[in-house]
Amino acid sequence: MSMVVDARGLACPQPVIRTRAALQSGDLVTTIVDNVTAQQNVTRMAEKAGCLVRAEVRDDGIYLDIRREGVAAQEASLAAGSAPAGGPLVLTVPSEFMGRGDEVLGQILVRAFFHTLGEVEPLPDTIVFLNGGVKLVVTGSPVLDDLKGLCDRGISILACGTCLGHYGLKDQIAAGEVSNMYTIAETLLGAGKVVSL
Amino acid sequence: MGPEALAHVLRPLQGLFPPDRFPALLVGLQVSDDAAVYQVAGDVAVIQTLDFFTPVVDDPYDYGAIAAANAMSDVYAMGGEVALALNICGFPPKLPEEIIAEILRGGAEKVLEAGGALAGGHTVDDNEPKYGLAVMGLVHPARILTKGGAQPGDILALTKPLGVGIITTAAKGDAADPAHLPPAIASMKRLNREAARLAQQVGVHACTDITGFALLGHAHEMADRSQARLCFHLDRVPFLDGAIRYANEWLFPAGTCRNEGCFGSHVAFAPDIPDEMRQLLYTPETSGGLLLAVSPEKADVLAAAFAAAGEPLWIVGEVLGGEGVEVV
Repeated sequence: MSMVVDARGLACPQPVIRTRAALQSGDLVTTIVDNVTAQQNVTRMAEKAGCLVRAEVRDDGIYLDIRREGVAAQEASLAAGSAPAGGPLVLTVPSEFMGRGDEVLGQILVRAFFHTLGEVEPLPDTIVFLNGGVKLVVTGSPVLDDLKGLCDRGISILACGTCLGHYGLKDQIAAGEVSNMYTIAETLLGAGKVVSL
Repeated sequence: MGPEALAHVLRPLQGLFPPDRFPALLVGLQVSDDAAVYQVAGDVAVIQTLDFFTPVVDDPYDYGAIAAANAMSDVYAMGGEVALALNICGFPPKLPEEIIAEILRGGAEKVLEAGGALAGGHTVDDNEPKYGLAVMGLVHPARILTKGGAQPGDILALTKPLGVGIITTAAKGDAADPAHLPPAIASMKRLNREAARLAQQVGVHACTDITGFALLGHAHEMADRSQARLCFHLDRVPFLDGAIRYANEWLFPAGTCRNEGCFGSHVAFAPDIPDEMRQLLYTPETSGGLLLAVSPEKADVLAAAFAAAGEPLWIVGEVLGGEGVEVV
Protein backbone atom coordinates (compact mmCIF):
# COMPACT_ATOMS: atom_id res chain seq x y z
CA MET A 1 0.00 0.00 0.00
CA SER A 2 2.77 2.43 0.78
CA MET A 3 5.29 3.73 -1.70
CA VAL A 4 8.93 3.19 -0.77
CA VAL A 5 11.56 5.92 -1.15
CA ASP A 6 15.03 4.55 -0.61
CA ALA A 7 17.03 7.66 0.28
CA ARG A 8 20.01 5.86 1.78
CA GLY A 9 23.29 7.30 0.58
CA LEU A 10 21.65 10.53 -0.54
CA ALA A 11 22.61 13.93 0.86
CA CYS A 12 20.01 16.44 2.02
CA PRO A 13 17.79 17.74 0.57
CA GLN A 14 17.38 14.74 -1.79
CA PRO A 15 15.54 12.59 0.80
CA VAL A 16 13.12 15.48 1.35
CA ILE A 17 12.65 16.14 -2.37
CA ARG A 18 11.98 12.47 -3.12
CA THR A 19 9.63 12.02 -0.18
CA ARG A 20 7.69 15.12 -1.18
CA ALA A 21 7.36 13.81 -4.72
CA ALA A 22 6.10 10.46 -3.42
CA LEU A 23 3.57 12.17 -1.13
CA GLN A 24 2.22 14.01 -4.14
CA SER A 25 1.13 10.73 -5.68
CA GLY A 26 0.21 8.78 -2.58
CA ASP A 27 -0.84 9.23 1.01
CA LEU A 28 1.37 6.49 2.42
CA VAL A 29 5.10 6.65 1.97
CA THR A 30 7.95 4.77 3.59
CA THR A 31 11.22 6.63 3.31
CA ILE A 32 14.42 4.84 4.25
CA VAL A 33 17.31 7.06 5.31
CA ASP A 34 20.74 6.33 6.75
CA ASN A 35 21.43 9.34 8.94
CA VAL A 36 19.74 11.36 11.67
CA THR A 37 19.94 14.63 9.72
CA ALA A 38 17.94 13.19 6.83
CA GLN A 39 15.54 11.62 9.34
CA GLN A 40 14.94 14.98 11.01
CA ASN A 41 14.52 16.86 7.74
CA VAL A 42 12.13 14.32 6.22
CA THR A 43 10.16 14.09 9.48
CA ARG A 44 9.81 17.83 9.91
CA MET A 45 8.87 18.38 6.27
CA ALA A 46 6.24 15.64 6.47
CA GLU A 47 4.81 16.87 9.77
CA LYS A 48 4.65 20.37 8.37
CA ALA A 49 2.73 18.95 5.41
CA GLY A 50 0.19 17.49 7.85
CA CYS A 51 1.47 13.92 7.95
CA LEU A 52 2.06 11.54 10.81
CA VAL A 53 5.55 10.03 10.92
CA ARG A 54 6.63 6.89 12.71
CA ALA A 55 10.32 6.01 12.78
CA GLU A 56 11.77 2.56 13.13
CA VAL A 57 15.51 2.05 13.39
CA ARG A 58 16.59 -1.16 11.70
CA ASP A 59 20.01 -2.60 10.96
CA ASP A 60 19.97 -1.37 7.36
CA GLY A 61 18.51 2.07 7.91
CA ILE A 62 15.93 4.29 9.56
CA TYR A 63 12.46 3.51 8.21
CA LEU A 64 10.07 6.43 8.28
CA ASP A 65 6.43 5.48 7.84
CA ILE A 66 4.68 8.61 6.67
CA ARG A 67 0.92 8.95 6.30
CA ARG A 68 -1.28 11.91 5.62
CA GLU A 69 -3.50 12.84 8.57
CA GLY A 70 -6.61 12.21 6.46
CA VAL A 71 -5.51 8.65 5.85
CA ALA A 72 -4.48 8.21 9.45
CA ALA A 73 -7.86 9.51 10.66
CA GLN A 74 -9.66 7.33 8.15
CA GLU A 75 -7.80 4.28 9.30
CA ALA A 76 -8.54 5.08 12.91
CA SER A 77 -12.25 5.34 12.14
CA LEU A 78 -12.08 2.11 10.19
CA ALA A 79 -10.38 0.42 13.10
CA ALA A 80 -13.20 1.71 15.29
CA GLY A 81 -15.73 -0.47 13.55
CA SER A 82 -16.65 0.04 9.94
CA ALA A 83 -13.65 -1.73 8.44
CA PRO A 84 -13.86 -5.31 7.33
CA ALA A 85 -11.87 -7.57 9.61
CA GLY A 86 -8.18 -7.70 8.91
CA GLY A 87 -7.66 -4.70 6.61
CA PRO A 88 -8.99 -2.30 4.02
CA LEU A 89 -11.67 -2.98 1.45
CA VAL A 90 -10.30 -2.86 -2.09
CA LEU A 91 -12.37 -2.71 -5.27
CA THR A 92 -10.74 -3.67 -8.55
CA VAL A 93 -12.13 -2.50 -11.88
CA PRO A 94 -10.56 -4.59 -14.65
CA SER A 95 -12.76 -3.35 -17.50
CA GLU A 96 -14.68 -0.31 -18.67
CA PHE A 97 -17.80 -2.47 -18.74
CA MET A 98 -19.71 -4.17 -15.94
CA GLY A 99 -20.37 -7.84 -16.56
CA ARG A 100 -19.87 -9.79 -19.77
CA GLY A 101 -22.20 -9.71 -22.77
CA ASP A 102 -23.55 -6.57 -24.34
CA GLU A 103 -21.02 -3.71 -24.16
CA VAL A 104 -23.64 -0.96 -24.36
CA LEU A 105 -25.40 -2.51 -21.41
CA GLY A 106 -22.04 -3.00 -19.69
CA GLN A 107 -21.32 0.72 -19.90
CA ILE A 108 -24.79 1.67 -18.59
CA LEU A 109 -24.21 -0.65 -15.65
CA VAL A 110 -20.77 0.79 -14.88
CA ARG A 111 -22.21 4.28 -14.89
CA ALA A 112 -25.01 3.21 -12.55
CA PHE A 113 -22.58 1.37 -10.29
CA PHE A 114 -20.26 4.35 -9.69
CA HIS A 115 -23.26 6.65 -9.35
CA THR A 116 -24.64 4.41 -6.63
CA LEU A 117 -21.33 3.66 -4.95
CA GLY A 118 -21.23 6.97 -3.13
CA GLU A 119 -24.50 6.18 -1.43
CA VAL A 120 -23.88 2.67 -0.11
CA GLU A 121 -21.99 1.31 2.86
CA PRO A 122 -19.27 0.28 3.31
CA LEU A 123 -17.27 2.42 0.92
CA PRO A 124 -14.11 0.85 -0.45
CA ASP A 125 -10.85 2.28 0.88
CA THR A 126 -9.11 1.93 -2.46
CA ILE A 127 -10.31 1.42 -6.01
CA VAL A 128 -7.79 -0.06 -8.44
CA PHE A 129 -8.39 0.44 -12.18
CA LEU A 130 -6.74 -2.12 -14.42
CA ASN A 131 -6.58 -2.99 -18.09
CA GLY A 132 -9.57 -1.47 -19.95
CA GLY A 133 -10.81 -0.18 -16.59
CA VAL A 134 -8.34 2.71 -16.78
CA LYS A 135 -10.51 4.25 -19.51
CA LEU A 136 -12.88 5.21 -16.67
CA VAL A 137 -10.39 7.54 -14.95
CA VAL A 138 -9.40 9.61 -17.98
CA THR A 139 -10.85 12.73 -19.61
CA GLY A 140 -14.21 11.98 -21.24
CA SER A 141 -15.06 9.09 -18.90
CA PRO A 142 -18.80 8.88 -18.14
CA VAL A 143 -18.11 8.29 -14.42
CA LEU A 144 -15.52 11.02 -13.87
CA ASP A 145 -17.72 13.18 -11.63
CA ASP A 146 -18.56 10.21 -9.43
CA LEU A 147 -14.89 9.26 -9.13
CA LYS A 148 -13.89 12.80 -8.23
CA GLY A 149 -16.58 12.77 -5.55
CA LEU A 150 -15.14 9.52 -4.16
CA CYS A 151 -11.63 11.04 -4.22
CA ASP A 152 -12.91 14.02 -2.25
CA ARG A 153 -14.24 11.64 0.38
CA GLY A 154 -10.74 10.24 0.87
CA ILE A 155 -11.02 7.11 -1.19
CA SER A 156 -7.76 6.30 -2.89
CA ILE A 157 -8.07 5.77 -6.64
CA LEU A 158 -5.16 4.00 -8.30
CA ALA A 159 -4.84 3.61 -12.06
CA CYS A 160 -2.40 1.08 -13.45
CA GLY A 161 0.34 3.06 -15.19
CA THR A 162 1.23 0.25 -17.58
CA CYS A 163 -2.41 0.01 -18.67
CA LEU A 164 -2.71 3.77 -19.19
CA GLY A 165 0.45 3.59 -21.27
CA HIS A 166 -0.89 0.66 -23.29
CA TYR A 167 -3.98 2.63 -24.29
CA GLY A 168 -1.98 5.84 -24.81
CA LEU A 169 -3.90 7.60 -22.02
CA LYS A 170 -1.13 8.41 -19.54
CA ASP A 171 -1.39 12.17 -19.93
CA GLN A 172 -5.18 12.17 -19.80
CA ILE A 173 -5.75 10.88 -16.28
CA ALA A 174 -8.44 13.05 -14.69
CA ALA A 175 -9.23 11.28 -11.40
CA GLY A 176 -6.99 9.51 -8.89
CA GLU A 177 -3.33 8.84 -9.47
CA VAL A 178 -1.09 6.81 -11.73
CA SER A 179 0.18 3.83 -9.80
CA ASN A 180 2.56 0.95 -10.39
CA MET A 181 2.34 -2.79 -9.97
CA TYR A 182 4.40 -2.66 -6.79
CA THR A 183 1.81 -0.49 -5.08
CA ILE A 184 -1.10 -2.33 -6.66
CA ALA A 185 0.22 -5.72 -5.58
CA GLU A 186 0.79 -4.44 -2.06
CA THR A 187 -2.70 -2.95 -2.02
CA LEU A 188 -4.32 -6.20 -3.09
CA LEU A 189 -2.28 -8.45 -0.84
CA GLY A 190 -2.66 -6.13 2.15
CA ALA A 191 -6.43 -5.88 1.74
CA GLY A 192 -8.91 -7.33 4.20
CA LYS A 193 -11.26 -7.95 1.31
CA VAL A 194 -10.96 -7.51 -2.47
CA VAL A 195 -14.07 -7.09 -4.61
CA SER A 196 -13.64 -7.35 -8.37
CA LEU A 197 -16.16 -5.61 -10.57
CA MET B 1 32.89 17.92 9.61
CA GLY B 2 30.73 19.81 12.07
CA PRO B 3 31.89 22.77 14.14
CA GLU B 4 31.84 20.77 17.38
CA ALA B 5 34.05 18.00 16.03
CA LEU B 6 36.38 20.58 14.53
CA ALA B 7 36.77 22.39 17.83
CA HIS B 8 37.43 19.06 19.51
CA VAL B 9 40.29 18.01 17.24
CA LEU B 10 41.84 21.49 17.27
CA ARG B 11 41.83 21.82 21.05
CA PRO B 12 45.01 19.77 21.67
CA LEU B 13 46.87 21.96 19.16
CA GLN B 14 46.08 25.23 20.89
CA GLY B 15 48.63 24.67 23.65
CA LEU B 16 51.45 24.06 21.16
CA PHE B 17 51.62 27.72 20.16
CA PRO B 18 51.46 29.76 23.39
CA PRO B 19 51.47 33.59 23.07
CA ASP B 20 54.72 33.94 25.05
CA ARG B 21 56.58 31.84 22.49
CA PHE B 22 54.78 33.39 19.51
CA PRO B 23 54.21 37.02 20.50
CA ALA B 24 53.82 38.08 16.88
CA LEU B 25 50.81 35.77 16.44
CA LEU B 26 48.08 38.28 17.21
CA VAL B 27 45.20 35.99 16.21
CA GLY B 28 45.68 32.23 16.17
CA LEU B 29 44.08 29.01 17.33
CA GLN B 30 43.61 30.26 20.88
CA VAL B 31 41.15 32.96 19.97
CA SER B 32 40.06 31.43 16.65
CA ASP B 33 38.73 34.23 14.50
CA ASP B 34 38.02 34.44 10.75
CA ALA B 35 41.73 34.31 9.86
CA ALA B 36 45.16 34.15 11.44
CA VAL B 37 47.00 37.45 11.99
CA TYR B 38 50.77 37.71 12.41
CA GLN B 39 52.59 40.95 13.07
CA VAL B 40 55.71 41.42 10.91
CA ALA B 41 56.52 45.08 11.66
CA GLY B 42 55.32 47.84 13.95
CA ASP B 43 52.71 48.96 11.48
CA VAL B 44 52.11 45.80 9.44
CA ALA B 45 50.37 42.55 10.28
CA VAL B 46 49.81 39.72 7.83
CA ILE B 47 46.36 38.13 7.60
CA GLN B 48 46.53 34.51 6.44
CA THR B 49 43.55 32.41 5.44
CA LEU B 50 42.42 29.74 2.99
CA ASP B 51 39.14 28.32 1.84
CA PHE B 52 38.04 25.97 -0.92
CA PHE B 53 34.93 23.96 -1.74
CA THR B 54 33.10 21.85 -4.29
CA PRO B 55 31.03 23.59 -7.01
CA VAL B 56 28.10 25.58 -5.70
CA VAL B 57 26.83 26.63 -9.13
CA ASP B 58 26.94 25.10 -12.64
CA ASP B 59 28.86 27.82 -14.47
CA PRO B 60 32.64 27.27 -14.05
CA TYR B 61 33.53 30.97 -14.23
CA ASP B 62 30.96 31.85 -11.56
CA TYR B 63 32.18 28.95 -9.41
CA GLY B 64 35.76 30.23 -9.58
CA ALA B 65 34.72 33.79 -8.82
CA ILE B 66 32.52 32.73 -5.88
CA ALA B 67 35.20 30.49 -4.39
CA ALA B 68 37.71 33.34 -4.63
CA ALA B 69 35.34 35.95 -3.17
CA ASN B 70 34.54 33.54 -0.35
CA ALA B 71 38.22 32.83 0.40
CA MET B 72 39.15 36.51 0.40
CA SER B 73 36.17 37.38 2.59
CA ASP B 74 38.07 36.32 5.72
CA VAL B 75 40.68 39.00 5.02
CA TYR B 76 37.94 41.61 4.86
CA ALA B 77 36.30 40.24 8.00
CA MET B 78 39.60 40.97 9.79
CA GLY B 79 39.62 44.50 8.40
CA GLY B 80 42.45 44.01 5.91
CA GLU B 81 43.17 44.25 2.20
CA VAL B 82 44.14 41.35 -0.05
CA ALA B 83 47.78 41.29 -1.13
CA LEU B 84 48.50 37.85 -2.53
CA ALA B 85 46.57 34.72 -3.41
CA LEU B 86 47.45 31.17 -4.47
CA ASN B 87 45.11 28.70 -6.15
CA ILE B 88 44.09 25.49 -4.37
CA CYS B 89 42.79 23.02 -6.94
CA GLY B 90 41.49 19.47 -6.96
CA PHE B 91 40.23 18.46 -10.39
CA PRO B 92 39.08 15.15 -11.89
CA PRO B 93 41.58 14.05 -14.55
CA LYS B 94 38.73 13.87 -17.07
CA LEU B 95 37.48 17.41 -16.45
CA PRO B 96 37.87 19.27 -19.78
CA GLU B 97 40.68 21.79 -19.88
CA GLU B 98 38.41 24.63 -20.94
CA ILE B 99 36.26 24.14 -17.82
CA ILE B 100 39.34 24.33 -15.59
CA ALA B 101 40.49 27.41 -17.49
CA GLU B 102 37.15 29.08 -16.79
CA ILE B 103 37.22 28.24 -13.08
CA LEU B 104 40.74 29.66 -12.78
CA ARG B 105 39.84 32.73 -14.82
CA GLY B 106 36.85 33.39 -12.52
CA GLY B 107 39.12 33.18 -9.49
CA ALA B 108 41.96 35.22 -10.97
CA GLU B 109 39.72 38.06 -12.15
CA LYS B 110 38.14 38.23 -8.69
CA VAL B 111 41.61 38.52 -7.09
CA LEU B 112 42.43 41.28 -9.57
CA GLU B 113 39.18 43.07 -8.65
CA ALA B 114 40.23 42.79 -5.00
CA GLY B 115 43.49 44.58 -5.80
CA GLY B 116 45.57 41.51 -5.05
CA ALA B 117 47.91 39.39 -7.13
CA LEU B 118 47.42 35.75 -7.98
CA ALA B 119 50.86 34.20 -7.94
CA GLY B 120 50.64 30.43 -8.22
CA GLY B 121 48.99 27.45 -6.63
CA HIS B 122 48.81 23.70 -6.30
CA THR B 123 46.68 21.09 -8.05
CA VAL B 124 45.85 17.49 -7.16
CA ASP B 125 43.65 14.87 -8.81
CA ASP B 126 40.29 14.60 -7.13
CA ASN B 127 37.04 12.84 -8.02
CA GLU B 128 34.98 15.91 -7.30
CA PRO B 129 36.22 19.37 -8.37
CA LYS B 130 37.47 21.57 -5.56
CA TYR B 131 38.68 25.11 -5.88
CA GLY B 132 39.63 27.95 -3.61
CA LEU B 133 42.44 30.19 -2.55
CA ALA B 134 45.11 30.60 0.06
CA VAL B 135 45.08 34.33 0.71
CA MET B 136 47.51 36.71 2.32
CA GLY B 137 46.20 40.10 3.40
CA LEU B 138 47.65 43.08 5.20
CA VAL B 139 46.30 45.22 8.01
CA HIS B 140 47.62 47.75 10.48
CA PRO B 141 47.89 45.89 13.81
CA ALA B 142 45.84 48.61 15.53
CA ARG B 143 43.03 48.27 13.01
CA ILE B 144 42.36 44.54 13.16
CA LEU B 145 38.63 43.75 13.29
CA THR B 146 37.71 40.71 15.38
CA LYS B 147 34.62 38.93 16.63
CA GLY B 148 35.35 40.11 20.16
CA GLY B 149 34.57 43.70 21.08
CA ALA B 150 30.82 43.98 20.59
CA GLN B 151 29.37 45.93 23.52
CA PRO B 152 25.88 46.04 25.02
CA GLY B 153 24.00 48.82 23.29
CA ASP B 154 25.79 48.30 19.96
CA ILE B 155 23.75 48.08 16.78
CA LEU B 156 24.10 44.99 14.55
CA ALA B 157 24.30 45.47 10.80
CA LEU B 158 24.48 42.98 7.95
CA THR B 159 25.86 43.74 4.47
CA LYS B 160 24.34 40.97 2.35
CA PRO B 161 20.94 39.26 2.40
CA LEU B 162 20.75 35.64 3.56
CA GLY B 163 19.57 32.69 1.53
CA VAL B 164 22.27 31.71 -0.98
CA GLY B 165 22.77 28.39 0.82
CA ILE B 166 19.22 27.18 0.54
CA ILE B 167 18.80 28.57 -2.99
CA THR B 168 21.89 26.76 -4.32
CA THR B 169 20.80 23.61 -2.49
CA ALA B 170 17.35 23.80 -4.09
CA ALA B 171 19.01 24.38 -7.46
CA LYS B 172 21.22 21.32 -7.02
CA GLY B 173 18.06 19.30 -6.36
CA ASP B 174 16.42 20.75 -9.50
CA ALA B 175 13.80 22.25 -7.22
CA ALA B 176 14.65 25.93 -7.71
CA ASP B 177 12.99 28.55 -9.86
CA PRO B 178 15.76 29.52 -12.35
CA ALA B 179 14.94 33.19 -11.74
CA HIS B 180 16.13 32.91 -8.14
CA LEU B 181 19.65 31.84 -9.05
CA PRO B 182 21.22 34.93 -10.72
CA PRO B 183 20.68 37.24 -7.68
CA ALA B 184 22.14 34.54 -5.42
CA ILE B 185 25.18 34.13 -7.69
CA ALA B 186 25.68 37.89 -7.89
CA SER B 187 25.52 38.10 -4.10
CA MET B 188 28.13 35.36 -3.64
CA LYS B 189 30.46 36.94 -6.22
CA ARG B 190 30.31 40.34 -4.60
CA LEU B 191 33.44 41.15 -2.59
CA ASN B 192 33.15 42.31 1.02
CA ARG B 193 36.00 44.74 0.26
CA GLU B 194 34.01 47.96 0.11
CA ALA B 195 31.92 46.96 3.14
CA ALA B 196 35.10 46.32 5.17
CA ARG B 197 36.64 49.60 4.02
CA LEU B 198 33.53 51.55 5.08
CA ALA B 199 33.42 49.71 8.40
CA GLN B 200 37.06 50.68 9.01
CA GLN B 201 36.42 54.26 7.96
CA VAL B 202 33.51 54.71 10.41
CA GLY B 203 34.94 52.43 13.10
CA VAL B 204 33.16 49.34 14.39
CA HIS B 205 33.51 47.28 17.54
CA ALA B 206 33.31 43.79 16.03
CA CYS B 207 33.15 42.16 12.62
CA THR B 208 32.78 38.69 11.15
CA ASP B 209 31.61 37.23 7.86
CA ILE B 210 28.60 34.96 7.47
CA THR B 211 29.52 31.63 5.88
CA GLY B 212 29.21 27.96 6.78
CA PHE B 213 28.04 28.36 10.38
CA ALA B 214 25.12 30.51 9.20
CA LEU B 215 23.95 33.75 10.76
CA LEU B 216 23.24 32.14 14.13
CA GLY B 217 26.52 30.22 14.34
CA HIS B 218 28.66 33.21 13.48
CA ALA B 219 26.53 35.38 15.78
CA HIS B 220 27.13 32.92 18.59
CA GLU B 221 30.88 33.23 18.02
CA MET B 222 30.68 37.00 18.15
CA ALA B 223 28.57 36.83 21.33
CA ASP B 224 30.98 34.36 22.88
CA ARG B 225 34.17 36.31 22.07
CA SER B 226 32.51 39.60 23.07
CA GLN B 227 30.92 38.20 26.24
CA ALA B 228 27.63 39.77 25.23
CA ARG B 229 24.23 38.73 23.87
CA LEU B 230 23.24 39.31 20.26
CA CYS B 231 19.58 40.02 19.52
CA PHE B 232 18.20 39.84 15.96
CA HIS B 233 14.81 41.09 14.79
CA LEU B 234 13.61 38.58 12.23
CA ASP B 235 11.45 41.12 10.41
CA ARG B 236 14.57 43.19 9.71
CA VAL B 237 16.75 40.31 8.48
CA PRO B 238 17.00 40.45 4.67
CA PHE B 239 16.48 37.32 2.57
CA LEU B 240 17.01 36.75 -1.14
CA ASP B 241 13.87 36.00 -3.18
CA GLY B 242 13.10 32.30 -3.04
CA ALA B 243 14.87 31.56 0.25
CA ILE B 244 11.72 31.59 2.38
CA ARG B 245 9.81 29.59 -0.22
CA TYR B 246 12.44 26.84 -0.23
CA ALA B 247 12.50 26.91 3.55
CA ASN B 248 8.75 26.30 3.48
CA GLU B 249 9.44 23.36 1.19
CA TRP B 250 12.05 22.19 3.69
CA LEU B 251 14.90 22.02 1.15
CA PHE B 252 17.59 22.50 3.77
CA PRO B 253 21.11 21.11 3.24
CA ALA B 254 22.58 18.77 5.84
CA GLY B 255 24.63 21.65 7.23
CA THR B 256 21.48 23.29 8.59
CA CYS B 257 20.85 20.40 10.95
CA ARG B 258 24.52 20.30 11.94
CA ASN B 259 24.55 23.99 12.78
CA GLU B 260 21.34 23.68 14.77
CA GLY B 261 22.80 20.75 16.68
CA CYS B 262 25.96 22.67 17.46
CA PHE B 263 24.63 26.16 18.18
CA GLY B 264 21.03 25.43 19.17
CA SER B 265 21.75 25.49 22.89
CA HIS B 266 23.03 29.08 22.61
CA VAL B 267 20.04 30.42 20.67
CA ALA B 268 16.61 31.47 21.95
CA PHE B 269 13.69 32.18 19.61
CA ALA B 270 10.51 34.13 20.26
CA PRO B 271 7.74 31.50 20.40
CA ASP B 272 5.89 32.83 17.35
CA ILE B 273 8.84 32.26 14.98
CA PRO B 274 7.99 29.28 12.77
CA ASP B 275 10.25 26.29 12.55
CA GLU B 276 11.26 26.85 8.93
CA MET B 277 12.47 30.40 9.67
CA ARG B 278 14.56 29.10 12.56
CA GLN B 279 16.06 26.50 10.24
CA LEU B 280 16.73 29.14 7.60
CA LEU B 281 18.82 31.13 10.08
CA TYR B 282 20.86 27.96 10.73
CA THR B 283 21.41 27.32 7.01
CA PRO B 284 25.02 27.68 5.82
CA GLU B 285 25.78 30.65 3.61
CA THR B 286 28.52 30.85 0.98
CA SER B 287 30.46 34.11 0.58
CA GLY B 288 27.95 35.86 2.82
CA GLY B 289 28.10 39.42 4.06
CA LEU B 290 29.78 41.01 7.05
CA LEU B 291 28.05 41.15 10.42
CA LEU B 292 29.09 44.39 12.14
CA ALA B 293 28.61 45.62 15.70
CA VAL B 294 28.74 49.41 15.80
CA SER B 295 28.19 51.84 18.65
CA PRO B 296 24.71 53.42 18.61
CA GLU B 297 26.27 56.88 18.11
CA LYS B 298 27.96 55.71 14.92
CA ALA B 299 25.14 53.58 13.55
CA ASP B 300 23.63 56.44 11.54
CA VAL B 301 27.06 57.44 10.22
CA LEU B 302 27.69 53.87 9.14
CA ALA B 303 24.31 53.65 7.40
CA ALA B 304 24.94 56.98 5.68
CA ALA B 305 28.43 55.92 4.57
CA PHE B 306 27.08 52.69 3.06
CA ALA B 307 24.22 54.52 1.36
CA ALA B 308 26.60 57.11 -0.08
CA ALA B 309 28.84 54.36 -1.47
CA GLY B 310 25.87 52.47 -2.93
CA GLU B 311 26.60 49.51 -0.66
CA PRO B 312 23.64 47.69 0.93
CA LEU B 313 23.36 47.59 4.71
CA TRP B 314 20.59 46.31 6.94
CA ILE B 315 20.23 47.08 10.64
CA VAL B 316 19.20 43.67 11.96
CA GLY B 317 19.42 43.88 15.75
CA GLU B 318 21.38 45.00 18.76
CA VAL B 319 23.87 43.80 21.34
CA LEU B 320 22.59 43.17 24.87
CA GLY B 321 24.21 42.27 28.15
CA GLY B 322 24.43 38.57 28.91
CA GLU B 323 25.36 35.75 26.57
CA GLY B 324 24.10 33.77 23.62
CA VAL B 325 21.88 34.77 20.72
CA GLU B 326 18.21 35.58 20.58
CA VAL B 327 15.84 36.06 17.67
CA VAL B 328 12.64 38.03 18.19
